[in-house]
This record gives sequence, structure tokens and C-alpha cells, in this order.
Amino acid sequence: MDIETSYKKYIRLFEEISSKLKNEDSEFVFNTRMAAFKKFKDAGLPDHNHENYKYAGIAEILSEDYEFSLESRQALVDLNQFFECEVKDLDTHVILLSNGEYYQNNKPIEGINENVIICSLKEAKFKHKEIFEKYYNKTVSESNDSYAALNAMFANDGLFIYIPDNTKVNKTIQLVNLTHGFGNKNVFKRNLVVVGKNAELSLIICDHTLNNSKNFTIDITESYIEENGYLQYHTLQNEPNKSSVINNLFIQLERYARINSFVLSLHGGIIRNNLYAKLSGENSEANLYGVNLTDRKQRIDNFTIIDHISPNSTSNELYKGILDEEAKGSFAGRIIVRPGAQKTNAYQTNKNICLTPEAKMRTKPQLEIYADDVKCSHGATVGQLDEDALFYLRQRGIDYKEARLLLMFAFVNDILLKMEIEPLRNRVASLINARLRGEFSDCSHCLLNCHTRE
Amino acid sequence: MLSIKDLHAEINGKEILKGINLEIKSGEVHAIMGPNGSGKSTLASVLAGKEEYEITKGEIIYMEKNLLDLSVEERAKEGIFLSFQYPVEIPGVSMINFMKTAVNEHRKYQGLPPISSAEFLKYMREMKDLVELKSDLANRSVNQGFSGGEKKRNEIFQMAMLKPKLAILDETDSGLDIDALRIVANGVNKLKTNENSIIVITHYQRLLDYIVPDFVHILFDGKIVKSGTKELALELEQKGYNWIKE
Repeated sequence: MDIETSYKKYIRLFEEISSKLKNEDSEFVFNTRMAAFKKFKDAGLPDHNHENYKYAGIAEILSEDYEFSLESRQALVDLNQFFECEVKDLDTHVILLSNGEYYQNNKPIEGINENVIICSLKEAKFKHKEIFEKYYNKTVSESNDSYAALNAMFANDGLFIYIPDNTKVNKTIQLVNLTHGFGNKNVFKRNLVVVGKNAELSLIICDHTLNNSKNFTIDITESYIEENGYLQYHTLQNEPNKSSVINNLFIQLERYARINSFVLSLHGGIIRNNLYAKLSGENSEANLYGVNLTDRKQRIDNFTIIDHISPNSTSNELYKGILDEEAKGSFAGRIIVRPGAQKTNAYQTNKNICLTPEAKMRTKPQLEIYADDVKCSHGATVGQLDEDALFYLRQRGIDYKEARLLLMFAFVNDILLKMEIEPLRNRVASLINARLRGEFSDCSHCLLNCHTRE
Repeated sequence: MLSIKDLHAEINGKEILKGINLEIKSGEVHAIMGPNGSGKSTLASVLAGKEEYEITKGEIIYMEKNLLDLSVEERAKEGIFLSFQYPVEIPGVSMINFMKTAVNEHRKYQGLPPISSAEFLKYMREMKDLVELKSDLANRSVNQGFSGGEKKRNEIFQMAMLKPKLAILDETDSGLDIDALRIVANGVNKLKTNENSIIVITHYQRLLDYIVPDFVHILFDGKIVKSGTKELALELEQKGYNWIKE
């Protein structure tokens, strides 16, 4: 399909199902959908002709036809058994999403702090109406992104987490997105995470595909961190070559609020990560890290906007990528310092290694500074492995392949060292090592060898 | 142990080594001296197998093997160690991980099982003491943020860990103060046995007060122009390199 046909298809599809959605939705959610629909209709579907989506491989994604359905697809097996996380010593509350829907047989979450709410979005929109409506789609509606609008139109379920004020969650919450079943699917997933005042949460989101179809996923995770709250956010993308993902992370930080975000793109066909960090409150802090490993004809595109609105806020952005074979990558990092956001500190670094002459990386910093008393810096590099270091390692008896692996791992390791949860850090390190070796690097007992070479 | 015959080497079309002949037996210490640009470091790099250099003529026989057929890492595992004039900083690779990988690669080559973590740490501690290396260096990234002296000491520490048959010390004395020089030289001497050999490349006689050579060779314009015993180094120190050039 071409872009125009896809655009029309999404419009037709929405018109077809909107009455059904209206019956199931709260008024608030349905109005949100309609507003998104209007935005989508007006803006159209951006492809490579749009500056923001120039290198995202949209034409390639939309050349396939995907099936979308509101009907639940019941899993034939107990997904709890299917998924068994191998993260040793990492004690997490595991929550499964099945094709974007909150899995009905999720194990009960035991031993978590009182008053913490963890449930499906479907449930939250009615049962926790007040909190839900205070936050849901607030940051998304401020965005002009058509794919985010598409998600707001179609997404019907996902995870809702609310951490009340002064609550430090004792265990990491691990959300596992399982995509399964037959046919090429268009999956819309939506998560809403609210961290209250002085509250703390650590969250891991893992994407996992259990079929061998071509799926196109559009995710949104919205996170709101209230005054002095702290969120450790990790997303682990380990998807088959046939998969296409547009992943959106929206962050809003109030006074003294903090986020450490890790976007770890280890494997996937086409991955586009949009990250919007809004530093609304004074003294808020966003540490935004990214690691991406690509080979074959894979594509990775990181697009980030960091918006400093209030004074004394700090952002550190560090993204690193290794591209092998014919992989293509892109990084676009925009930093906005609004008038009045004095004493802003904003640092951006993007470093990349292209292992072959065919691998291509594009990197683009974009700083818009409207305040006069700020510290901002940016730096970007695209290079090769250090030949002198390689020779040094080999001279000590470490063979060429192993020496390269050591250097590649070292290149991304400084990001892993920022992870506070040690078992997770170790697990990610071993996944990255396996990935760099070209070994099967799966998170769980996957029955399909979808990551092995075709 | 090592036999170099009529060795010619060039880089980017420029000939640097113009017919080197050198014989080294087990247990010997050879010093190679010479002015800047005479080819000392090139000789060290060629022995280690740096691929930028093209060997246009001659041969190198090491332990009855044709050295030029071996890769950089094979040479290392056959016992050739180069103490770098400028040790490379490798951010993100810890000294422990680096050395453990290197030691295990050597063991694998010798048909030995990997060393256990406990054994390795004990071994590393012993070797660190041998070269008087401060303990915290081991937990840092390879050479990153090390002072000039620490880098050189770290080279000798790695030599202690890997126990080479032939160690090439490329200007190990440069950038060292007199105390550091003594520590480094003591470390080298402790590692010296009748089985292994050392090539000391230096500008100055000073280091040779500590690491006493059996033979001294003077390299000039890509050739060994004079060989002798340790007295040659003293003579060179007094007369300067102009004496050679005449």
C-alpha cells in the first residue's frame, strides 16, 4: 500500500468502529479519540517527505497490509507459563499484555505497597476515573505527531500504574508485551504511569513477539512524575526482523522530579523511538539514555524532543549506536529552552560506530534556546572502532573477533553503568554481549527462532 | 629463539627498515639504541605484527616458526610481548576483564582450562605486588586516566601476568622519573629467567644501568650499524649519535 491508501484506510477503519468504541468508552476517552481523529485527518500520515520522519522507513512499513481488530484474541495457552523471565536475582512484579490488551489471567500482584494501583487501562478509565482523566492523553494531545494521534484513536487497552504520594515501590514492575497469533497485525498499546509526590518507581517494559508475522506496533507510554518523584524507566526492544515499531515515550516532570530513562533497542526490523520530555517544574532532571544495536538491513531511528520550560532544570541525553552490515540509523535530538527557563543545563551526546562502509548513520542535533543564562552542549560522532586499541588487545593474545567484541561492549557499557538495578544491568549486559556475538539473544523461552539468521 | 635476516619493511611506500640482521638466544637481553627515526619502534611493531607495515624482503624465524605467517594474536600467544611506547587508553574495558580474557586466551592456546575467578584474583594480586602497582588501577578502565608512569608500570604488570618468552620493551623508560624507572626495571629483572629473552629499546644508557644487556646494537637509518657489549652503550652516551653518523 502507499501512504495515501494507508491514510484512507485508517480513516475508514476508525469510522467503522467508532460507534462500537463509543459504547464501550467513557465519554472522556471517546472525546479524546475524536480529537485525535480530527488531528489525524488534518495532518495526514507523515512519511519520508516529512522532516521528522525522513529516515524512519515509513514507506517500507506501510507497504504491508496489517489487520486491526477490536476483538480480543484469546491466547490458546496460559501466557504466564509461556513467559518466564530469565533475569536472575531480579525480583519483579510481572504483568503481561497480550497483543496490546491487559492479559486477563495475569497473576495477582502480591506484596506491593498499599494504595498502589496497577490495572488495565480499560478498567482504570471507569474505576479510577478521577486520576485517569487528570492525566490521560494530556501530553499526547500537545503533540502534533500523527502516529501518536493514531494510537490515541485506536488504542483500547494497556497498563495503568498509579503510585500515590510518598510511596517508594519495593519491587520493580515488569511489563511484558507479548505479540502472538496469526496474521500481520497492527497493534496499538498504551500505558499510563503516574508517580506521585516523593514517590519512586522502577519500571521495565519488554517487547516480545511469539509469532513469525509482520507486525506493526504503535506504542505510547505516558509518564507523569509529580514533585520530587523519581521514575527509573527501561524499555527493552528485542524483536524479530519482520517487526516494525513506532514507540512513543511522553514524560512530564514537575518540580524536583527525576527520570532515568533507558531505551535499549537490541534487535528489530524497523524501530522508531519518539521521546518527548517536558521539564515543566523547576529543578526537574531528565537523564535520557539510549543504546541501539543494528545489523543486516535493520533500521533504527531515535527522535527526541527535550523541552525545558522552568528554570534550573537539567537534562542529560546520551545515545549510542553500533551499526553493522547494511543497517541504517538516525538520531535527531531537539532541545528547546523556553523563555524564562534560566539556569537550564542541557547536555546532549550521540555517538555511533559503523562497522562496515555500507552501514549508515545520520545524526542531527537541534538546539532552540530562548533564554540567555543557560548551559547547553551537544556533540555527535560517527566513527569506527579504534584501530590502536584493537592492536593493543590483540597484542595481548586476544583474538581479533574477541577484541572487537570487547571494544563494542565497552562502547555501550558506560550507559549500562548508569542503571541502578544491578541484576537488570547484568542481564542487559549479557543480552548485549550475546547480541554482539550474533547469538540467539532472547529474553524468554521463545519457541520460534525468529532471531536466528534466515 | 629469534633470528632476523635481511629484514626490509615499509609503511605507505616509505622504506623504514633496510636490511636488519639480528640473532637472539634464550636468556639473552639485547639493547637496541639509536637516534629518533632510525627505525627502532618500527622494528618493535613489525615483530608484534602491526599490519600497517609491509615486509618487502627478509625473514623472521621465531622458535622455529616463520613469524611473518602468524597473526598479531598468534604471535602474542606464542610468547611475544610488546611493552608499548604509548600504551593505548581503552575506556569501558576494565583491567580485570582485559587481563582475564588475555590470560584465558593464552591458556586456551596452551590447552589449559580457563582460570577460576578466585585463582585469577590471587594471581593478579601477586603480579601487582611484583611490579608495585597500586591496587585500584586494576578496577579502572585500561590505561584510562593513568599517569605516564602508571601506564608504563601497567605494561610491566601485563608482562608479569602473561610471562612472555620474548619481551620487547619499546622506550619503557621514557616519561619515567628515577624512582619509577627503578621500580619498572626491578619488575623486569624479577621476570627475567634463563628461558626468556628481552629486547630493550631505548635512547639512553640510564635504563641499562638497571636492566643490564648482554648485547647492545645501534640502529641507524634502518640498519644495525654497530653491535657490542654493554660498554658500547656507555661509549655512545659519551660520544653521542654523531659518532655513528660519521
